[in-house]
Amino acid sequence: MAEIPTQYGIILAAILFSLGIAGILIRRNIFFILIFVEVMLNAAGLAFVVAAARWGQADGQVMFIFILATAAAEVAIGLGLLLRLHHLFKTLNVDQASDLRG
Amino acid sequence: MIVAFYVAGGVAVLSTFLVILQTNAIHALLYTILSLLSVAIVFFSLGAPLVAALEVIVYAGAIMVLFVFVVMVLNLSPETEGVDRAWLQPRTWTGPVILTLILIGELVYILMTRAGLTLEGAAIGPKQVSLALYGPYLLGVELASILLLAGLVGAYHLGRDALD
Repeated sequence: MAEIPTQYGIILAAILFSLGIAGILIRRNIFFILIFVEVMLNAAGLAFVVAAARWGQADGQVMFIFILATAAAEVAIGLGLLLRLHHLFKTLNVDQASDLRG
Repeated sequence: MIVAFYVAGGVAVLSTFLVILQTNAIHALLYTILSLLSVAIVFFSLGAPLVAALEVIVYAGAIMVLFVFVVMVLNLSPETEGVDRAWLQPRTWTGPVILTLILIGELVYILMTRAGLTLEGAAIGPKQVSLALYGPYLLGVELASILLLAGLVGAYHLGRDALD
């Protein structure tokens, strides 16, 4: 079952994280931005689990559970903000909410 | 298990890439769920069964269903898809894609120049994780519960006026 090189797992996490960053930079829809934030948090958790498998310790999986709780709280607040944005501006485009621009 | 790791990793990367190209919110959500499920298979192949189950139940189950509920509440019109499609022009995405490719290239280069350490075969079961979670990490559990409470209050406050 072993023989998976550690860096392949970390590289998978890095690729998923970079795809999340690229998605946030490309899309201007707050719905998609929240999805990509989830993807990035998941990639960070994957790196922790790979490290846990590398050292044979449970600490990395404990960190993944904390990331899971953080993601749940973040998505609740984020979707609340999304509903406010849709209510105020009738759009999901984050560029419309530019009232603070000087 | 090794084949499962590589196949599921490839599916995860491909489906995450397809999320970027989607303009339909529900299609993007389904690709995200596919990506999360394949990451769960990666966790299982790495010997982390508890985390794999949590990934399916909490990420793909609870969080993504919350997104689906929001899509139902918003009742998005086809015009928003047109706005999204207008943003998917090459002049919009070339800069971020080049920067992200540089980032990936650097990370892969740094990781591949290291000595090849293989992952240990022994699976870490739920019992070990639970003993660590409620032993040395008990303070972290309390902090996570406070964070979830803050999230609950914040979501209630933000959503109270939004839907009336």
